[in-house]
Amino acid sequence: MNEISNKRPISNYKFVGQATPRPDGVDKVTGRARYGDDMIVPGMLYAKILRSPHAHAQILSIDTSKAEALKGVKAVMTGADIPTHPLAQPPYPPIIQDFHDLGLNIMARDKALYDGHAVAAVAATSDAIAREALKLIAVDYEVLPFVLDPYKAAQPDAPVLHDDQYTDGTGPDTDKPSNVFRVLGGERGDLEAGFADADVVIERTFTSEPVHQGYIEPMACLATTSEDGGVELWTSTQGHFVARTLLSKLLKMEMAKVWVTASEIGGGFGGKTTLYAEPIAVILSQKTGRPVRATLTRPEVFRATGPAAGSYCRIKMGVKNDGTITAGEADIWYQAGAFKGSPVGRAVETFFSPYNIPNMRAAAYDVCVNRPKVAAYRAPGAPMATFAAEGVLNELAERIGMDPVEIRLKNAVKEGGESLKGHKHGRIGLIEVLEEVKAHPHYKAAIGANQGRGFAVGYWLHGGGLSSASVILQDDGTVSVATGNPDIGGSRSSMRAMAAEELGLDVELVKPIIADTGSVPYSYQTAGSRTTYATGMAVINAARDVIDKLRDIAARKWEIATEDVRWDSGHALPPDARKGDIEPLSLKELAAMATKMGGAVAGHSEINATGQGAAFCAQLVDVEIDPETGFTATKRYTIFQDVGRAISPDYVEGQMQGGAVQGIGWALNEEYIYDAKGCLQNTGFLDYRMPVASDVPMIDTVIVEVPNPNHPYGVRGVGEPPLVSAPAAVANAVENAVGKPMSNLPLSSPKVLKAIEEVAAGN
Amino acid sequence: MAKHLITATVNGDEVEYTCRAGETLLDVLRTNLQMTGTKNGCGTGDCGACTVVLNGRPVNSCLVLGAEVEGAEIETIEGMATGGELHPLQQKFLDHAALQCGVCTPGFLNMAKALLEANPDPTETEVRFGLAGNLCRCTGYDKIVRAVLDAAAEMRANA
Repeated sequence: MNEISNKRPISNYKFVGQATPRPDGVDKVTGRARYGDDMIVPGMLYAKILRSPHAHAQILSIDTSKAEALKGVKAVMTGADIPTHPLAQPPYPPIIQDFHDLGLNIMARDKALYDGHAVAAVAATSDAIAREALKLIAVDYEVLPFVLDPYKAAQPDAPVLHDDQYTDGTGPDTDKPSNVFRVLGGERGDLEAGFADADVVIERTFTSEPVHQGYIEPMACLATTSEDGGVELWTSTQGHFVARTLLSKLLKMEMAKVWVTASEIGGGFGGKTTLYAEPIAVILSQKTGRPVRATLTRPEVFRATGPAAGSYCRIKMGVKNDGTITAGEADIWYQAGAFKGSPVGRAVETFFSPYNIPNMRAAAYDVCVNRPKVAAYRAPGAPMATFAAEGVLNELAERIGMDPVEIRLKNAVKEGGESLKGHKHGRIGLIEVLEEVKAHPHYKAAIGANQGRGFAVGYWLHGGGLSSASVILQDDGTVSVATGNPDIGGSRSSMRAMAAEELGLDVELVKPIIADTGSVPYSYQTAGSRTTYATGMAVINAARDVIDKLRDIAARKWEIATEDVRWDSGHALPPDARKGDIEPLSLKELAAMATKMGGAVAGHSEINATGQGAAFCAQLVDVEIDPETGFTATKRYTIFQDVGRAISPDYVEGQMQGGAVQGIGWALNEEYIYDAKGCLQNTGFLDYRMPVASDVPMIDTVIVEVPNPNHPYGVRGVGEPPLVSAPAAVANAVENAVGKPMSNLPLSSPKVLKAIEEVAAGN
Repeated sequence: MAKHLITATVNGDEVEYTCRAGETLLDVLRTNLQMTGTKNGCGTGDCGACTVVLNGRPVNSCLVLGAEVEGAEIETIEGMATGGELHPLQQKFLDHAALQCGVCTPGFLNMAKALLEANPDPTETEVRFGLAGNLCRCTGYDKIVRAVLDAAAEMRANA
């Protein structure tokens, strides 16, 4: 057994940084918690979606008459039922929300652009009848040539998906439709001089396959509409406010009439940040006047919801013999899937950002191919770029005989440094993270036969943005905390801990809830590792608003000025001069007085959180390869991360461990397999092989806290950084075990076996 | 399509339902009986989210037909806590933060319960292989394995 440290800093707070009971825990271990597909209402119909069996095809006609005639079928819809929108026009923002594309991705109109693209849907009185009805819909297709690979799709002779898409500012072919939507890039210094200055330069090509978020709960929603234009939606989403806004704009409805409640969510990892079945359920409900539930099957999730982009990357870096990185240059082509929108900006930001490199250039191409449109996946765009950059850096370190941690310490970015896209760093903790790696027993531990050790560092700038919170004081002194962010991995624990800490109230007396879109102001999604940071800040502000109102009540009771009332540990205290003369008032006493002194007390906050700080995560991994089969087993894993401040350390560790294991899957097993006709072959968990419990060891964690001065408790984003460097670290371990560079993910057994044989043959 | 009238015992209560030949035990639990604690993650027996205990054995309820459980005893997540008390496994899952999104949790709990009944003192490796048919995408399994080992120790101490 490996020695496990699970190191965490000691917290001096009462609830922040401590293990507190999980507010939604009991409901989730007893089966009471209600997820998307768990809502049943009287009169409910079941929706099912018909999908294209072709990778690329013109839809010549759709005949729904036989399906409509089936007993129990209440409505059938096609893409013609979704309102059309004009294409988004330049200048394009970093993240484009194009309603033209959104509508066409939800249901094809003239062309099916990937195997699994929705073409029609039915609502029926049972799931079985709805499935039967799909077989009665006749679609006449004209099959077209297709392209799956992003680099091939970017070439001039590739089949073109969209005859109205032109590359935005990349050269001479802009008068010709292209699969390349745009190229984002950045440059600094003098690249030529930088490479001339280097003693060793390495250039390599890396590829990675698309991987799915793999959430265990398929998307599910329930729409109820009424004749007055009202829409009620229950959906499994990472952001019900964003879902509300997208839905109302797409279907041209008034926002306040679209009332969305987030169900419990069975995993998302970025995949539930857009719409899939929701508009279909709404339209079918409008057609039938009845509630409609739409739940995707697992094959539909694989065929038609967004994975992370596959990638093709050419990268070049140079170092001096003393380890100084002199230059870095990278180009990466991302598979956007059928519609533009791969995470190109994040690739550019990520490549070289852990290091101070005077001369660098990075460019990322957003390329459409005949696959499902990509969606966010935990640090979108970063793991593929980091796989390439860290891979080359490890090889450079080996070539100059330098320790992989030392070369990173030598070049580590510090406070005052600036990323390629211009983010200026405040206090950051890369050096502290690297020092923890050096101090950990794993770092110096011996490794056995057929084993290899890998190491990589990841950089991630997490999100801020719009958040809101209401902290409501009940007259018995208990407190409700309402926010607008779905809780995927325990954020309610963190919201509660921060509110309790501020108010000086036991966590058990604080009840956090996820409020619907009508009950608190707009809050952006639970995405970008932003919730504990941004929504947490709103909760703190709202709790402080409650305290100010309670100080005011005490002041009026004591007939002194509000500014003379102090708040400490859940009590209003009189000024020192009046001590002994006035007794402190507890929060409970003040709550009981409130309704007689002007009304119930609640605190509110609506913010646009800024000031987020970069987070760094390092991973150390040992693998063992079976020389007979090429099978790679992960034997030991330690993950080190600067989290700023761990509000709920148990769940911070859970994020680190979960991200690491997703990275193991990305590096070793997970990939989409298409047949010769461009149809996805592995549409289930048996063949899309995610890690299971017997594949992985305990994942040791080292929590590093370099507080972000811009958050009251110092929080940095936690959820995404663990995945950024995980595939790179695992791949590096494999190449060290095999003895040659391994540049094409996933490193599945046949690929590893072939590499072992090549090494043995002296190639 | 012909319907079957079935009588079975779910969490100690006799239930009666009609179902078509093609409907699975998972469909019956979630739709006919409106017991939604059992989750549908894949429908093909690959993820374990729908694990229930059928006549003492853990099964993927998506691979069992509703029509073939006549007279059977079925235990689901809704019956795990008794008399207002959580089962030791449920409590240890909470104590060890062994769930994040929680959708795989009912399946893991049922599988772990059956595992500990067959082997009250498993090694870490035995727990990992015993739970290898249940997918969790959030936790990386570390805290789940710890929770099951800790629950096993507590259950042995109280046996």
